[in-house]
This record gives sequence, structure tokens and C-alpha cells, in this order.
Amino acid sequence: MPDSTKVNINNKADQQNTFDAIVVGSGISGGWAAKELCEKGLKVLMLERGRPLEHVKDYKSASKEKWEFPHRGSTTVVQKEKYPVLHRGWAASEPIMDYWTNEEDCPYTEKKPFTWWRSYQMGGRSILWGRQSYRWSDLDFEANAKEGIAIDWPIRYKDLAQWYDYVEKFAGISGSSEGLPQLPDGQFLPPMELNIVEKDVAARIKDKYKGSRHLIIGRVANLTQAIPGRTACQFRNRCWEGCPFGGYFSTQSSTLPAAMKTGNLTVRPFSIVTRIVYDKDARKATGVEVLDAETNQTYQYHSKIVFVCASSLNSTWVLFNSATDIWPGGLGSSSGELGHNVMDHHYNLGAFGMIEGFEDKYVYGRRANGFYIPRFANLFGDKRDYLRGFGYQGSASRQGWSREIAEMNIGAGLKDALTEPGPWTIGATGFGEILPYHDNKISLDKSKKDKWGLPVLEMDAELKDNELKMRKDIVAELKAMFEASGIKNVYPYETYYSIGQGIHEMGTARMGRDPKTSVLNDHNQVWDAKNVFVTDGACMTSAACQNPSLTYMALTARAADYAVEELKKNNI
Amino acid sequence: MERRELLKLIALATGTAFIGGDLFLSGCKNAPALGGATFSENDIGFLDEVAETIIPKTTTPGAKDAAVGTFMTVMVNDCYDKKDQQTFHEGIKKLDDACQKANNTSFMKATPEQRTSLLTTLDKEAKEHAKSKGKDDPNHYFTMMKQLTLFGFFTSKPGATQVLRHEAVPGHYDGALPYKKGDRAWAE
Repeated sequence: MPDSTKVNINNKADQQNTFDAIVVGSGISGGWAAKELCEKGLKVLMLERGRPLEHVKDYKSASKEKWEFPHRGSTTVVQKEKYPVLHRGWAASEPIMDYWTNEEDCPYTEKKPFTWWRSYQMGGRSILWGRQSYRWSDLDFEANAKEGIAIDWPIRYKDLAQWYDYVEKFAGISGSSEGLPQLPDGQFLPPMELNIVEKDVAARIKDKYKGSRHLIIGRVANLTQAIPGRTACQFRNRCWEGCPFGGYFSTQSSTLPAAMKTGNLTVRPFSIVTRIVYDKDARKATGVEVLDAETNQTYQYHSKIVFVCASSLNSTWVLFNSATDIWPGGLGSSSGELGHNVMDHHYNLGAFGMIEGFEDKYVYGRRANGFYIPRFANLFGDKRDYLRGFGYQGSASRQGWSREIAEMNIGAGLKDALTEPGPWTIGATGFGEILPYHDNKISLDKSKKDKWGLPVLEMDAELKDNELKMRKDIVAELKAMFEASGIKNVYPYETYYSIGQGIHEMGTARMGRDPKTSVLNDHNQVWDAKNVFVTDGACMTSAACQNPSLTYMALTARAADYAVEELKKNNI
Repeated sequence: MERRELLKLIALATGTAFIGGDLFLSGCKNAPALGGATFSENDIGFLDEVAETIIPKTTTPGAKDAAVGTFMTVMVNDCYDKKDQQTFHEGIKKLDDACQKANNTSFMKATPEQRTSLLTTLDKEAKEHAKSKGKDDPNHYFTMMKQLTLFGFFTSKPGATQVLRHEAVPGHYDGALPYKKGDRAWAE
């Protein structure tokens, strides 16, 4: 079991505060950085700004039944007031409210609407992630260069392919091999199953679009077979509460135990990294400054390398606050790009409809996964009036007791009707690419302070013409595809979205080939401090339309490998 | 994130939105909890009878077996905004007045037939109200009572396990489970 106890923080000797590597953040990227660096023999300090959350033991709601919750999953008026941002969408639910960041303690400024759903606790959002895991292809890595958008990625698929292999094997990604150029196959565990209606719709789409469009089972970081130390997914569909079986990839279920096993890891919760300490003569970081979130005491920790994995926007917040005596805009700001090019995936729009027939079929088990329709727009000769594309995620299911039965009123008849499943329905939402725009940016708002007196982020980003055109197409294409597949009563929808709400925040410290136009180089090193690596979503040069976490894992493992090699060569 | 949940919620939202759910509310615009007005034991008994009329005990448990009256008061107290709380509280009296008018007796003293007939009328009235009401007009109190009854009942232990089917740890997935009319639905 992971040991979340603090290191002795009262020591005076610097050497006791000295490690080979410091990892800022314990989410998907931080967990991978810690595992890789520890396994390569480095003494690592992992800093988490939130509370400890011990695997299994601290998943307090995970084994309760729904009727044991006083509001059966609903949140209260008090919670709605305390967590207004969380209540803009579907993220709030009774069992997991204390997994989310306290919005009163940790405010931010919205120059334009920006929905920021954060989790400050051990494991970060690796507990709360959607687990959809897709590779990028060269269609994504080359798009900026080909279209003259922003800057070119400094890497290509061949640079990342072996690292995708590596992280998939360890994390446990289930999925089907499809041979699609836009969605490279990987090292998959057996796929989960499409249900009978989804299979039927998949066949109709294949037929109707002559093999140019595909409906496949989602590739998901839920185990369809046990792997050492972890049990297979039990199909409870309660991942977000923390899985007592370790059925999905999280820091706690996967990377943390591996890192702890080496004996090289020290974890310090309640540790807000306020800045990276920078030596201007050596042009390197010497460590980090930490504000203890419980005691308000400040500590310094020293290391040869620093991995910044605090989540996209918070990693940039740390850089904003670092080396300001040399660069007023912070470490990495010499490019003029730090804080710029914020991206996300836009969604909350698509269609749903009714399926006729299949009344003699139902499902068993709650599959925490759905179908995926990979990108087809602007690919292989297809041409739209906007750039890039989108994928769809959805599922088919039979309606349950919450359905409206217009002709029924009350009494035994209603009870009997709702005791049986209703007709099959199907629905999906698009996930669209957002281009990197220099003027979509974040900055420090020094007029507003958080609970600890630290300046907060100001968000200034919006969807632009390309995304708005794409959104129209996302709805229209799905409606047309559903209707072409024989789905009835197709109902297009579009609901509230503001940037950030995809929980796929990316950019603000992008990788590139030139220190004048990028914050990081091709190995995620800060150009101005080669022993500082930023490997979470902040590093992304474009957003593609696939869920990004698997790419962060691969980039982090690759950067950790490189960092250790460079350390051995005394290059950093 | 559970996209499936999102879709279910959207599907629900196309009927009558779940009151208190505020699913796509942009920020919290509502006043804080009412405080003050509370439910009496009599209110809970009354709500139990309303719920039992909506979901009666048959060969399987009914709303009273699931303590739906108490559940309604918890939800109204904790999850309803001030305006909806007021509508709900006034609704208890309105429902009883409607019973007096129709049957010359209070709801608690009315026969099961009188209760069923009254609530059937109120359900039709509430459905009409939902169709014609403006965005900021109050919800109909009977919509609230019916929603909370269905929600409270089917998520309760007797509702989920004896009326519907529930499997805490399914262990596997079958996407083509044979089904015949009369087989019970899954609780979730």
C-alpha cells in the first residue's frame, strides 16, 4: 500500500531536503514521472498540494449502495453554492464532492467564461479521469506545420510510438485493433464488448459510408484481464469513487505502488510548490520552494532535476512565479508564449434517438465505457469549411425507471411499467479539436488571492470561428449518421460549454523547435532551464481531438528516460 | 468522466427537468436554503400516503416500505431552492384542499379509490402545467411529489432490489442478454 506519510519536515540539514529529482504533482503525469525516475534509481520527492488519499482505504463511498447516500447521489443547495463551477455541468455528485477542489479556497478569475474542474488530492485527477485512451497519429503531429497553424510539433509519431507501447502495457488499456491511420492501434488488453444495438449501428454505418466511418468500442484504461497487483474491472461503473479492485489506471492503483516498491520515493502531501528555485549563473533550477498548506510554513527542497506535472494550468502557474528576478513573466517566458495557446476539447453537443426492435435483448453489467467514432472530417480527401476534426463518444442502452411515460399517470400500472426496461436509445457527444491561438491565454491575477495569499490565474480564452463552424458540423453529421442508420426520432442537442469543461486543458507551455517561439524543447525541457521538465498537458503544441492523457503518459516516460540519460552524461 | 451519465441526464432533461437538479445551470443563481419551514410528522405521514398512491404496494413493496415520505422531506430541505421549497410546502395544503373539494374529505381520510382518482387528475394538471409554463414560472407541486416519489422509491433498497434488479458487483458485461417481457429492469 502506498505510504502517504510526510517526510520529517523539521530537519535543519539541507542534505535531508535534497533529492535527485523532485516531481511536482501526483496525477497521471506526476505518477508516471515518479515511477520512471524511481525505477531508474533516482531518489525522488513527489509533492502533492492536496491531502493524502490512500488506495482502497480512503475510497469511503465506493462500497456503499446508492440508498446509503442521504440524497441518493444528488448534491445539496449548500454544495451548489460552495461549488458553483462544478455545478455548471455533470461533474458534481454526492459521493465524490470531497474529491473536488474547494472553490472558495482556490478561486480563479474568468475574464471570459472558463470552467476549471480541479482535484487537489493524492492522485489528482487520475482518480476522476474518463479513462478513454487513444494514440495520436502523424496526422495530428504534422497538422500545424502542414496548415501553417501556430508552430510545428518538435516530435513525430515515431518518437512516441515505443513510449505508447510502454505505457499501455503497464497501465492496461483495453481496446480493439482497427488498422485506422488516424487512430493507431496499440498494446491492448481484450476489448470490452459493444452491445447488440451498438453492433447493429456499427454495421449500418460501415455499410452506409462504405468503410470510411467506424463505430468501435472505446479504448479505455479499465482492465479486461487481471494484471499483477490489480483485479480486472468488475463492471460496476463507479470508477470516480476510486476502485476498490484497482480495476482502472490511477496513480494509486498503478504508478504509486510501483514507485514505492523501489524504496526511492518520498511523498509529501499538503505541499504547494510556490516557485522553482533558479540559479541564474548555472542557468538551472536548484529545487523548489514549498508552502505547507496546513501550517503555512515555507520549506526549500533541492534536486538535480525537477519534473513539473501539476496539471496544465497549474504547471504554468508555477513557472509564472519562478525566476521572476530574471524574467518578470516567469521561467520560460522568454519566448513570449508562456501562458498562451490554451486549448481544450469542445463537446456537450451531438444527438440521440430511439432504436426500434431488440426488445428481446438487454445487457448485464455496467460497462464504464462506450463506443467511439474516430475522426473522419478533413481526412483522406474529405474537406470541410474548417480545419481539423472531431470524434464522437456515446452508447446505446435501454431506458430505465426515470423515463417519461406520457400515457401513464400513477398507481400500480405505472409501477409495473417502470419495473420493466424501456425502449433502446442511443446518444453521443462530439469531442472537437480547438486550435492553438496565441490570444487564448492565462495570466496571473495579482489582485485576487487564494486561501494562502497566493495570486490566482486569470483565464482569457474562447472558441473562435473554426471551432464554431465545427460545432455546427458535429451536430449535423451525427444527426445524419443516426438517421442513415435507421435510428428514429433523432434529436440533435447542444448544451452549455465553456473552455476547460472538457477537462482536457492543454497548452500554455508548448513544446517546439525554437526557444523564441516555444517554452519547451523536444524532450519537454524548459529552454531556459534544461533540468526542468514539463510533461503534463501544458506541453501540448496542438490538441488533436483524442482524449489526451495517454499521450501525457508517453511523453512523461520518454522525458524521464531522457532526463536520466542526460544526468548520467552530466549534461544537466 | 461518465459520458453515459451525461447522456442519460440529457435524455431526462427532454422530459421534465429534474427539479433541484439544475443540470446545465450556468453558475448558481438561486437563493440559499429556506430554513424556517420544516416538515412535521403529520407532513411525513401525508407524503407517505401520496407516495403510496403513486407507487402502491402490490405483490412487491410500495413507497411506504421505502420510507419515501421522509426521503421527500430530506430532498426538499437540502436540494430544493427557496422557490421550489415554498411551492412544495404550499402543495401539501393545495393537495388536501383539492381532496376536500372533490371528495368532501381530507386526503388522509379519503379512500384509496378517491386518492387515486384525485392524484390522476393532479398528474394530468401537472403535465399540462409543465407544457405551458414559462421558464421562470414555478413548477407544479405534484410534479415535485411524483418525481421525488419515483426517484426515492427506485433508488431505495426495496425499490432497487425487490422491485427492480440490482447487482452490486456484476463482474462481467454481456451486451446481448436475452430478455423476455416481464423480466425486471436493472436499478441503474
